[in-house]
Amino acid sequence: MSDRPDDARKPVPWTEWDTPRERWLMTEQDAYSWPRSMLLEVLARVLFPTVLVFSVYLLLAGHNNAGGGFSGGLVAALAFVLRYVAGGSAELSMMVRVRPPVVIGTGLAIAVLTALAPVLLGDPVLASAVWKLHLPVLGELKITSNLLLDLGVYLLIIGVVVDLLRTIGAGTEVGGPGVDDEELEEERG
Amino acid sequence: MLVAILAHFAVAAVVPLIARRYGRAAFVVGALAPAATLVYALFRGGEAVSGAPPLETLAWAPVIGLEFTARLDELSLLLILLISGIGAVVLVYYSRYAKPGDHRTAARDSALLVTFAGAMLGLVLADDVISLYLFWELTTVCSFLLVGGDGVAKRLRTSATQALLVTTLGGLAMLLGLILLGTAAGTMRISEILAAPPSGGIVTAALMLVLLGALTKSAQVPFHPWLPSAMVAPTPVSAYLHAAAMVKAGVYLVARFSPAFADHPAWWIPIVVCGLWTMLLGGFRALRQYDLKTLLAYGTISQLGFLMVMLGSGTWMSALAAGTLILAHGLFKSALFLTVGIIDKRAGTRDIRELSGLGRQWRVLTTLATFALLSMAGLPPLLGFIGKEVALEALFEGGTVDRVVGVGVAVGSVLTVVYSLRFLRGAFGTKPDMAPSAPVPCGRIMTGMVAVPSLAGLALAIVPDVIEPIEAGYADRYGSDPGYHLALWHGITPALMISVGIVVAGVLVHRYAGVQRLGGHIPAPLRAQSWYGRSIDGLEALARGVTGRIQVGSLPVYLGVILTTLVVVPGAGLVAGDVGFGELRLFDNWLQVPITLLVLIAAGTSLLARRRLTAVLLAGVVGYGIGAWFVVDGGADLALAQFLVETLTLVVFVFVIRRFPPRFSEDKAYVHGRWVKAAIAGTAGTFVAVLAVLYSGYTEGMPEASRQYIERAEDETGATNVVNAIIVDFRAFDTIGEITVLAVAATGGASLILARSRRRGGSGERPATGGSGAADDTAGEAPEVRS
Repeated sequence: MSDRPDDARKPVPWTEWDTPRERWLMTEQDAYSWPRSMLLEVLARVLFPTVLVFSVYLLLAGHNNAGGGFSGGLVAALAFVLRYVAGGSAELSMMVRVRPPVVIGTGLAIAVLTALAPVLLGDPVLASAVWKLHLPVLGELKITSNLLLDLGVYLLIIGVVVDLLRTIGAGTEVGGPGVDDEELEEERG
Repeated sequence: MLVAILAHFAVAAVVPLIARRYGRAAFVVGALAPAATLVYALFRGGEAVSGAPPLETLAWAPVIGLEFTARLDELSLLLILLISGIGAVVLVYYSRYAKPGDHRTAARDSALLVTFAGAMLGLVLADDVISLYLFWELTTVCSFLLVGGDGVAKRLRTSATQALLVTTLGGLAMLLGLILLGTAAGTMRISEILAAPPSGGIVTAALMLVLLGALTKSAQVPFHPWLPSAMVAPTPVSAYLHAAAMVKAGVYLVARFSPAFADHPAWWIPIVVCGLWTMLLGGFRALRQYDLKTLLAYGTISQLGFLMVMLGSGTWMSALAAGTLILAHGLFKSALFLTVGIIDKRAGTRDIRELSGLGRQWRVLTTLATFALLSMAGLPPLLGFIGKEVALEALFEGGTVDRVVGVGVAVGSVLTVVYSLRFLRGAFGTKPDMAPSAPVPCGRIMTGMVAVPSLAGLALAIVPDVIEPIEAGYADRYGSDPGYHLALWHGITPALMISVGIVVAGVLVHRYAGVQRLGGHIPAPLRAQSWYGRSIDGLEALARGVTGRIQVGSLPVYLGVILTTLVVVPGAGLVAGDVGFGELRLFDNWLQVPITLLVLIAAGTSLLARRRLTAVLLAGVVGYGIGAWFVVDGGADLALAQFLVETLTLVVFVFVIRRFPPRFSEDKAYVHGRWVKAAIAGTAGTFVAVLAVLYSGYTEGMPEASRQYIERAEDETGATNVVNAIIVDFRAFDTIGEITVLAVAATGGASLILARSRRRGGSGERPATGGSGAADDTAGEAPEVRS
């Protein structure tokens, strides 16, 4: 999952092509704020990609079935929540490569630009277009410009929730950056 | 004309780039915009005074009748001569005045000054009240930024804030007044309002509000203290904003509306009273100043008061005087400010107690400044003299009120002569008990820029025919031409005799009365500056008090207030009205029964929960139960969203409550308070349920909007899922609004939580465990390799 910066420069000997580049699960030394559950950790790892794919399905299917950018984004975000609940903030920091505020901004930018784009073509703001494509194997494919707006919503929701994990989640852990533990002990008496 | 305004803003956008590279040369580039505008305005001057002023219109929001209209008439032309002429002079001057290496300041000030010139241009050209207001506030903002400078020194910030607060107060009042005026007249076009002035009680209120804007902007008593405070700005900025251009905006506004409302007592009485008071107070305060720039600032206040008096008098002659004085004042005051800039920059101080012998060193500059001072004091052969002659003529030929005002103006003029002499002697004189300042060059370009306005005041006085069409054209709006012409010599007239008397009195006061002892002292309780401080303190105390009472910081109290309001306000309507329940069914689907029971039990049990986690989980059950209702009713999208949001809410709740004690407090008061909360929540819930049932009893079938959504979803959005079509198409604007709120809330939440750690510093940022806290620092980088 990790791209080491020096990978491109240093040729990997062919005997080591199959060597995993990082541990699949965290080692015992890795820090936890709460007791580990091996079962939950493995389950979260296994489910994570599947849930993400499902969230993309929801995003794309939203036009005709239940789903949409909001639901899709929430499902994808819950995948991150699951990883965080299983592994704590060390796990979170390992899997989140892009800063959540960037994701939020990208989502909002995509949505706003999608809203403004029709103006360039002389249509009112937020006008939508539908394109139909005939693909050789898949058959007819319908693409609407609204999908981009939905994509913006999808990204924004993921960003908001991961940011929530970063702040309310990791930020309020014991020893986390957002809470004064001594103060808390005093409050508890 | 609209192009000229736009050109200013375009130049303002470019000059910072030039300044970043070439430093203060950017000011010269910036000067091109006002210089070109001046040439253009002179080129079209003939049309402006012809009686059919050129007009340009740009549709802004045609649906509600908003448009930008630029109209170049005599008054606009007169102001453009000042704005663009002095603007170009000041910008060129600033290119030598600025520190050579300071590219940042050059970038900021050049861009702001050019923007300001554009805003002033728009202000005097605008022919509809809304764009007038926009440009008006734009000048305020530019002034705030220019006075504030880099904002490092506290004095800069306080002065800038005071200028902003006072002028914005007036600006907002003016906006209200202009809208009232526009509504009463049925048009937003100023020329149309003036052509057929409305009347009535609303118009009186509107005029007073507009006046508040004009009086604050032009630093009239009691709003004047912001102007001397604003003298912390760089001298070229003061020369332009606080002498020639911005403070003239209030005068311009009065000049613009006076032809139609000069007879209205709510208009002319405040103008004349405040103006006269300002003229006397400004002159009086100027007598005591040692700082040349502050002396000029009080002089400006005094002169602005004079201008207001002349505009408020509202006769042909007084309008002619006001027009001439606006021009004269702009010329001599900018020349004097620029002179002070040179003195401050080259001699190192502008305190008259430390200056000596500059007049002998800088003969050219002294001559130029003397011309300006003579113009200020109203001596021939300068434009200020011509203006003052007309003013005295106008006042002493009029009725009793005019004569009384005339005496006041004469006293004010004596003070003007005195502080002019104080300036001349203080800045350039050789003091017997002081060694002359060390000789330094005064700078050719800067002196040249002083020469332009100073000599213009001389040249225009010798050939006043050049400006007479403009002044007379404006004065013609007040009545017919009595056959007076601008000239240096009208023969031996009463006005000339009074002028001589004023000068003699001024010289005598300066010579014998002892300026130090005479004046400028105002008892502390009467000082307007302390009143300003007191009102700001009062405002802050009020805000603190209100906030402290409303924002008590208790979530249960907030929720309680919201829920009680929810029940009481619509509940009162329900009780008063005649409502029935319609036809009621117990349930539509038998599955609803167990789900409802589950939700009710969970809600009831949560009251009895002793542990926080239990309560949260029970609340979760309620949420999932509602999701189940949606499933039963066939709302798959709603159910999906409900389940997901509920899950996320639960997770967030758990995050938060892990920092709380596991059990609720066993405290007596807390336990009793719980039943009050339960009662409020129960009432609100029941109320909403009853309301929903009542409402559903009154609707028949599907509303029109829903029907249309379903009909059009497939054709117009290509979606068969109507919910999604509504979210991303029909109501997509709402969606964008909502996600913006989400983005803001997430950013705000992150700042609130993470800011605590920054304030505390160190201790919690990077715990030794290496786990938490890493997320916000290294999330964007490749994680550390584990081995």
